[in-house]
Amino acid sequence: MKHLKATTFLIAAALAAPLAAQEAGGRLDIVVQPEPPGLMLGLVQNGPTQLVAGDIYEGLLIYNTDLEPQPGLAESWEISEDGLTYTFKLHEGVKWHDGEDFTADDVVFSADVFLRETHARLRASLAYVESVTALDPLTVEFKLKEPFGPFISVFEAATMPMIPKHIYEGTDFATNEMNATPIGTGPFKFDEWVKGSYIHLVKNEEYYIDGLPYLDEVYYRVIPDAASRAVAFETGEVDVLPGGSVENWDVPRLTEMEGVCSTGEGWEFFAPHAWMWLNNREGPTSNKLFRQAVMYAMNREFMKDVVWNGFGNVPTGPISSKTNFYSDDVTHYDYNPDKAKELLAEMGYDGEPVRILPLPYGETWQRWAEAVRQNLTEVGINVEIDSADVAGWNEKTSQWDYDMAFTYLYQYGDPALGVSRNYTADRIQKGSPWNNVEGYENPELDEKWFAAATMVSPEERQAAYEEIQKEIVDDVPVAWMLELEFPTIYRCNVKDLVTTGIGVNDGPRNAWIEK
Amino acid sequence: MSMWKRFSSNIGAMVGVLLLLTVIFIAIFAPLLFSHDPWQMVQRPFLAPFTMQALPLGTDTLGRDVAAQLAYGARVSLLVGLVSTLVALLIGVPLGALAGFYGGYVDEGAMRFTEFFQTIPNFALAIVLVAIFEPTLASITLAIAIVSWPPVARLVRAEVMSVRKREFVDAATLAGLSKPRILVRQVLPNTVSPIIVMASLMVATAILLESSLSFLGLGDPNAMSWGYMIGAARTVIRSSWWLSFFPGIAIVITVLALNLIGEGLNDALNPHLSRKGKA
Repeated sequence: MKHLKATTFLIAAALAAPLAAQEAGGRLDIVVQPEPPGLMLGLVQNGPTQLVAGDIYEGLLIYNTDLEPQPGLAESWEISEDGLTYTFKLHEGVKWHDGEDFTADDVVFSADVFLRETHARLRASLAYVESVTALDPLTVEFKLKEPFGPFISVFEAATMPMIPKHIYEGTDFATNEMNATPIGTGPFKFDEWVKGSYIHLVKNEEYYIDGLPYLDEVYYRVIPDAASRAVAFETGEVDVLPGGSVENWDVPRLTEMEGVCSTGEGWEFFAPHAWMWLNNREGPTSNKLFRQAVMYAMNREFMKDVVWNGFGNVPTGPISSKTNFYSDDVTHYDYNPDKAKELLAEMGYDGEPVRILPLPYGETWQRWAEAVRQNLTEVGINVEIDSADVAGWNEKTSQWDYDMAFTYLYQYGDPALGVSRNYTADRIQKGSPWNNVEGYENPELDEKWFAAATMVSPEERQAAYEEIQKEIVDDVPVAWMLELEFPTIYRCNVKDLVTTGIGVNDGPRNAWIEK
Repeated sequence: MSMWKRFSSNIGAMVGVLLLLTVIFIAIFAPLLFSHDPWQMVQRPFLAPFTMQALPLGTDTLGRDVAAQLAYGARVSLLVGLVSTLVALLIGVPLGALAGFYGGYVDEGAMRFTEFFQTIPNFALAIVLVAIFEPTLASITLAIAIVSWPPVARLVRAEVMSVRKREFVDAATLAGLSKPRILVRQVLPNTVSPIIVMASLMVATAILLESSLSFLGLGDPNAMSWGYMIGAARTVIRSSWWLSFFPGIAIVITVLALNLIGEGLNDALNPHLSRKGKA
């Protein structure tokens, strides 16, 4: 499988090789929705922040759409046999946007000081790190306490952004006034932010790769209403609609326009995975038979086609098919209402009502909950839809006050980074909607998750995760609904916009406009 | 001329009655008219109207029958309209009657309380109430009642104040009737006609309020209503006009019917004030 993917990538890369030389110049207008709360990527991690700041800040590595690491600020790297030492050779001649040199000291400061304090998601991975040392101005060494398989996946721009030491050392990071005018090493420099209107980035003339970037400037446009964003694209006011910026049913209308292209790629690193939390603690959902019945009762293919306009894939289990170590050798829950009824009869379901809490993110999610309710009603489950705004949804899920609740989370390329957190018992914490909210406890599987994270060889990890997927899918701790796909819509004369696993986030680096 | 005769000679009012009866009929017999319930996905989504005989009004974003949704939506709209009006009357009539009859401090207190509600915009208050209670049919009905009783109270107060000075009230007092008894038996019955007129218009307003709330996503997620249909169709209005058009027409027809009836009642019950001078 892995091999096949790599081959496909090579062919795709060969086909994608430009026939004509890239043309320099031009301006790109990209929609950003909603307006980001800030652009300092080391402090703010929202989707919109990642979209804009991905051009300003960089990580040591870039990941392609198969999630293989590629040179970023590090031009080469080595991993020792025992999986404990990672050595990075940095690119020569890299400068911060204010003209200072970027050196190994900045890497040490970013990883060991700044991000350890500010970056909750990275902190979990940094717990495995014993030391970060600058061997010389262009060489950095990460030493781990024990092997941590996914470590090679944490060097992405938003996961471990490089922070300028000369600006932040010794200051209070959160209140540093330079946060308003971010300084990075990226292909574009921050120019101006007119709140409620646009963020303007200009070409970094000193960028360390000759010829890049091709574009002169990038405008990120803030347009609060989905319908207005679609109109802005139609009238040519914006060139790029990143995934999720228009309603699904507007997508076909826009992509049918002349000179408009779209792609579902560029989300592999995140692999947004949607599911329903099933409360494993109480009510009918605490019964495994009931949870299996729910899976069989739902026509997930239909929901994908109708609610999501055919975008995405129906998942087989907790790990997205786009994430590393995926396996489809598991029980498949195809639409089978009769089987669902049998399971309900076997458990002796007495008609106790269950509540569904939709994600308050707009019409699509509301329709989705209605389709689920309809499917469940048809096999005899008594269902009601709960309603809540974003704050209420957070409150209900994090306080475990729900029976079934929609959500979706990112996987960050590796099961140990973005999947196991939702299923191991040590992540059951009341008060957060991002961990093991369903209350699934399986000590045997916990051991396997932990072991798989610290294995060195990818083959061993593949085997371990295959076993885990096989077992957990039978337990149905949550109801896996859809591997979400957010198509990026853009004008066809914009070339090479989506070339990496994080898509438009660092897309303008390679993008160019054909005249 | 009797009240009923005056009413039935008013063509507008009779059209209103006919329309309203049709809506009521559809609402009551919805389960007999449609074999599937309004949430059931019966065909492919976005089926245009008049293309399939079995689904004359087409299907919505999930392939649900728009005609069935309209019929079941009528139940919610009428139910919310009637019940919330009744509740509003139950609050407004006693309060207005006490204020108007006893006057003085009672009046002052009741009217300041009423004004307190009148100073807050109706719709904004309804939104806040529903958001606090969580949207269910009961909370929506209650919220609408709470925002619509103040005009009732003021109307009843004014009517009671004018009636209580009439001679038959003095006569009742001389006959030794107690004050509460005079209020309930003698005064209130004479204020009924304006209340009826107002109530019929309030039902119409309540239906509009419920639709607006549902449109904003504050409807009961388990009840099919016209406002919900329009709200859900808003995002696809450019590609599927019928999803918002038909429920919109249904709201217009029902509200219009109630207004026609209200005007007809007004003319019939207050012949001296009749604008057309028909009496």
